Parts: sequence; structure tokens; C-alpha cells
Amino acid sequence: MATATTEVVTAPTTATIPQYKGAELGRSTVQASRSAFAGLLLRDLTVLKKNLKEFLPRTILQPFLLVFVFLYVFPTIGQGIGSGGGVAGESTFATVLVAGVVGLSIMFQGIQAVALPMVQEFGYTREIEDRVLAPMPVSLVSIEKIVSGAIQGLIAALIVFPIAAVVHSKDIHIHLQVHWIQLFVMIPLACIMCSSLGMTFGTRFDPRTVPMLFGVIVIPMTFLGGTYYAWTALSPVKLAGWSWLQTLVLVNPLIYVTEGFRAALTPSHHMHLYVIYPVLIGFCALFLWQGLLGFRRRVLS
Amino acid sequence: MARAVLASDDSDLADVDTHRGGDVIIRTSDLTKVYPGMDRPAVDKLNLEVRRGEIFGLLGPNGAGKTTTAGMLTTMVIPTSGGAVVGGIDVVNQPALAKQAIGVVPQQNTLDRALTVWENLYFHGRFFGMSAGDSRTAADELLEEFHLARWGKAPVMALSGGMAQRLMVARAILHKPEIIFLDEPTAGLDPQSRLALWEILLRLHAGGQTILLTTHYMEEADQLCDRVAIMDHGHILALDTPEGLKAGIEADTIVSLHATGDLTKLARSLSRRRVVTNVVELDGELRVHVKGAADALPAVLETVDKSGSRLNDLTVHEPTLETVFINLTGKELRD
Repeated sequence: MATATTEVVTAPTTATIPQYKGAELGRSTVQASRSAFAGLLLRDLTVLKKNLKEFLPRTILQPFLLVFVFLYVFPTIGQGIGSGGGVAGESTFATVLVAGVVGLSIMFQGIQAVALPMVQEFGYTREIEDRVLAPMPVSLVSIEKIVSGAIQGLIAALIVFPIAAVVHSKDIHIHLQVHWIQLFVMIPLACIMCSSLGMTFGTRFDPRTVPMLFGVIVIPMTFLGGTYYAWTALSPVKLAGWSWLQTLVLVNPLIYVTEGFRAALTPSHHMHLYVIYPVLIGFCALFLWQGLLGFRRRVLS
Repeated sequence: MARAVLASDDSDLADVDTHRGGDVIIRTSDLTKVYPGMDRPAVDKLNLEVRRGEIFGLLGPNGAGKTTTAGMLTTMVIPTSGGAVVGGIDVVNQPALAKQAIGVVPQQNTLDRALTVWENLYFHGRFFGMSAGDSRTAADELLEEFHLARWGKAPVMALSGGMAQRLMVARAILHKPEIIFLDEPTAGLDPQSRLALWEILLRLHAGGQTILLTTHYMEEADQLCDRVAIMDHGHILALDTPEGLKAGIEADTIVSLHATGDLTKLARSLSRRRVVTNVVELDGELRVHVKGAADALPAVLETVDKSGSRLNDLTVHEPTLETVFINLTGKELRD
């Protein structure tokens, strides 16, 4: 390695500067931002393509294990989960879980594709600084990261859905009923919301506090995010006549994602769409704002 | 390499400003930064002009405000007050536009670890709106130029410190910016890598590239820079060519004395001698500035002898920028 540093460097007077064509100076901010945004996206997709062998297992494994254990192993060993038991109950549970697993995968992409890289880059590598120096407003740099995280969330959903729909014991019948319009509304909403959430977390946690992010925020969010049950089914969990769990989980953004996919993919009961969409849009706005603000605070002083 | 100043409608400061030859490419006016929670400004009402084509150095100890100044000029630090124009563009109000005109080599290694050496350059070109073809050519040519071609496919983590630094310089100049900023470019480099980097900077300079660098190595400022601003506590204490700064202390030789006895009394006696222009007491050592070296040394020795002090060690050297700094602040650069 050290050999490279001992190379003889040409004397200043005889050297030539490379004659390639440089960037065009004096472009408008809009022009420069557009190409910079495209460049950053191209960079992220190139990195994604290079890292497919990491992206695929991290995307597939958790949902696969969930459906494998709950929908194949449990029914096979006679420990099936589902109201009333039996094949009908197991099939109902399987239908609930499919939508839950898709929502969960998108949320994990938000954490893994945005939050963790941000924590790392702000924490010690400072690599992001070079991208922040690209000729575009700082907020667009963070929006690009959110868009790239959302694209990864979309890819994750596309990979995970067939797995969740196919892996189960032979007795189980998953009732799928795809509402295409709802699906086309849900996918971008869920992907952008989760990716923005990732940006919000990624700019607020540092490498030291990341275990907290998982232990105290992500794990409770997934367990109380309607992955394993429908929100509508929670009303019997009562304290003094109050369905406390059903009320409390409403602060969890994941519940609207899983309920939204339940509505879009299955005939199961779900939270009303008039609630799901406005709240998801509200969370999108909140996390985008917080994510952009956090990013700005971390890169500019 | 040198490029015309951008359209002058952006700012009245973009008019051609001839000042001893080169037009002004960076101008700050009362540029000030106060970090939240700090009682004094990191940079205090800085007024600075950098001319096109020069290597300009900000020299000062850690905490002098050099990095903050460079940060404000490169849009990464938002000034508390005052303004700065770089390449004809107001960096405070139009940061996105200003970023087109600048290239930055930060203090820390900010190479993209997810990409190869070649890709670091290629994508930088794409960020700046260069076509795929132009970016490819630029990456190839610069790797060749910077003796990194055989590392093109390697991950950046495989590079030594010196090579990583060269790659960061290549990346900074790839889009052919009007000015490049280097923040402590050789801090932490071995002497050989430092020399290699100096050669590169001088080569860029010969090609007309404007360079602003911050450093706390006086040799670096002395060897590379056309003009140097000496900074401390957010202020510029002196600004001139290295020769001009050294000439300003009115001494051609510095005699450093280690002696036992009453140093303060000795300093007083020494400063009464005609050949002595200044005496600075620093960490138990006397730095005697003398003019007319031929008669100076016997005069100094005679004074030491008469004062009753015992001389332990004596060194003689020419004034350096460090001497200038000590003269201005009464302390050493590296403390």
C-alpha cells in the first residue's frame, strides 16, 4: 500500500491538466438540481445492485421465517394459531398475516435503507458530505434518500408478497382479493411514510443509541403494529369497559400500513379507508418534515 | 482551467475587480459565525479577498476559525451575519448555485465507501450534471493523472491515507470548479505523501486553478501559498505573501537561546542592542530577532556573557511564518 506514496510525481512545470470536458457552470438551480438528483438516485441504485446479495436475505429472511413458523410449522405440529382453532381459524390468521408481513417488510426497509446508513454516515464516516456538496438544495439531498428508500421498500413488498402468499401448510387457504386501486394508493403512501420515518430516526440516533432504536421503538412498533392481528379484532382487549389496546396502538404508524394492505389485498375486516389514508398522509407529512429538518440540522452548522 | 466569472447580474460584486493583477474570486464582508452556546464568535467580521489563480492560505492554530471560514465559503456552515461571494455567486443566499463553482477536499475522508475508486469519481461527475461519457472520460483521465489508475476497481477502503487524499483532490477538481477548498489537506499524512500532495497542488496552480487551503503547518503555507492570512481567535492578524509577512518582522535572523539565570533581565539587556529588533520569551527560551547577522551573533553572545546568565544552547535560523505568528500572538502555532 505504501508503495503508491513513493511514486515520483511529475514536476509542476511539465505537467498537463486533463483536457476532458468538465461540468457546465452557471446552470440554473433547477437544472443543476434535476441532474444532481438523478445522479444521486443512480448512485443509490448502483449500490443497491451491488449489494443485492445483502439486500435479498435481509429483505426475505424475516418475512419468510414469520410465515414459515406461523403458517407452516405451527399448523403442521398441531399448534396452529387462529380464532376458534382448526383449519378455518388458521386460514383466517394466514390471511391477516399476509398483509401484516408486507407492511412490516416496507417498514424494515425504511429502517435498513435509510435510518441505519444515515446513523452511520452522520456518526463517523461523514460520507454524506460529498453528496451534500452536489449542486442542489440540501433538502433535495434528503428527499432523494427518502425516494431511494421508498423504492427499496417497493421492491421489498414485491418480493415478500408472493413468499407470504405461497409459504404455508397445504391445508391453509389464504383468501386474497386484490383491490388494485387501493393497492396503487397504498404502496407509494406506505413506502414514502416508512422511508421518511427512517430519515427521522436516522438523523436523531447515533451509533451509540441505535440499540435503543431497535429495542425501544422498532420492536414495540412491529409487535403492536397489526402484523399478527387486525386492528378491528382488538376491541375485546378491555379495561373497565375501555378497549385500551385498540386505542393506544393508534399512535403507531405501522397499524395504518398493515390495515391499508389488509384492505387492499384481502377481504378481511379492516379499519375504515377514510381513516387509513388521511392518517397515513398526515404521518407522511410529519415524518418528511421531521426527516428533512433533522437532515438539515445534521449537515449544516 | 480558469473560467470566466459567472453572469454579473447575480451580484454587483461580480464585476471584474482588478487588484494587483488577478480579479477577485472570493470576497467576504464582515463574515461572522457564532456557534450556539459559544460566548465568542468562531469567525469575527472577516473581510477577505482571494484572487483568481492564486493559492491562498489560512494559517493558524486549531480553533482559529479557519475551518469555519472554509465551511461558510463552501455552504456547509451558515454565517450568523455578513456575506460571502464565491465565483460571483452569493453563497449565503444561493448555496445551491454556489456549489457548482466549488470543489471541496474536507479534513476527514468522505470518500463513498459503497463505491469503488473509479466510481467515486464517475458519480461525482454525474452529480454535477456531466454526461455518462464525460464522467467516464474524466474519471479515467484523473485516475491516470493522479497515479491511481491501477486502483480503479478497488474499494476506497483499500487506499492508504495518501492515496485517499489524492483521490479526494481528484474528486474535488473533476467537475472543473472555479475554486477548490482544502481543509488541512496534509494533516495526518506521512512526509512523502505530503510532498506528493504539494506537487499536485502546485501543478493545479500552474494550470490556473484557484486554491484556498487551511493549514496549521507553517511550512505548508510558506511553500505553497501565494498569499497567507494568519488567523487567530476568528480574526485575521496579518495578510501578505509569505515573504512579505517574514519581511514585516524586521529581522533577518532568529537566535534561539536556552540559558539559565534571569531571562527577563537578559531579554531586557538584549533588546537594548542596536542589532536586536525584538526579543520574545517563550517556554524558558529566548527568541532574539536580529538584523545584520554578521555582527549580530557576537553582540548577542557578549550580552549573555555580561548579564551573568549561563548559555546552554543556541540555534540560529531564518525567520519563518511561525516567527511571524509568535510575534503577532506571543504563542506558538502548534499549541
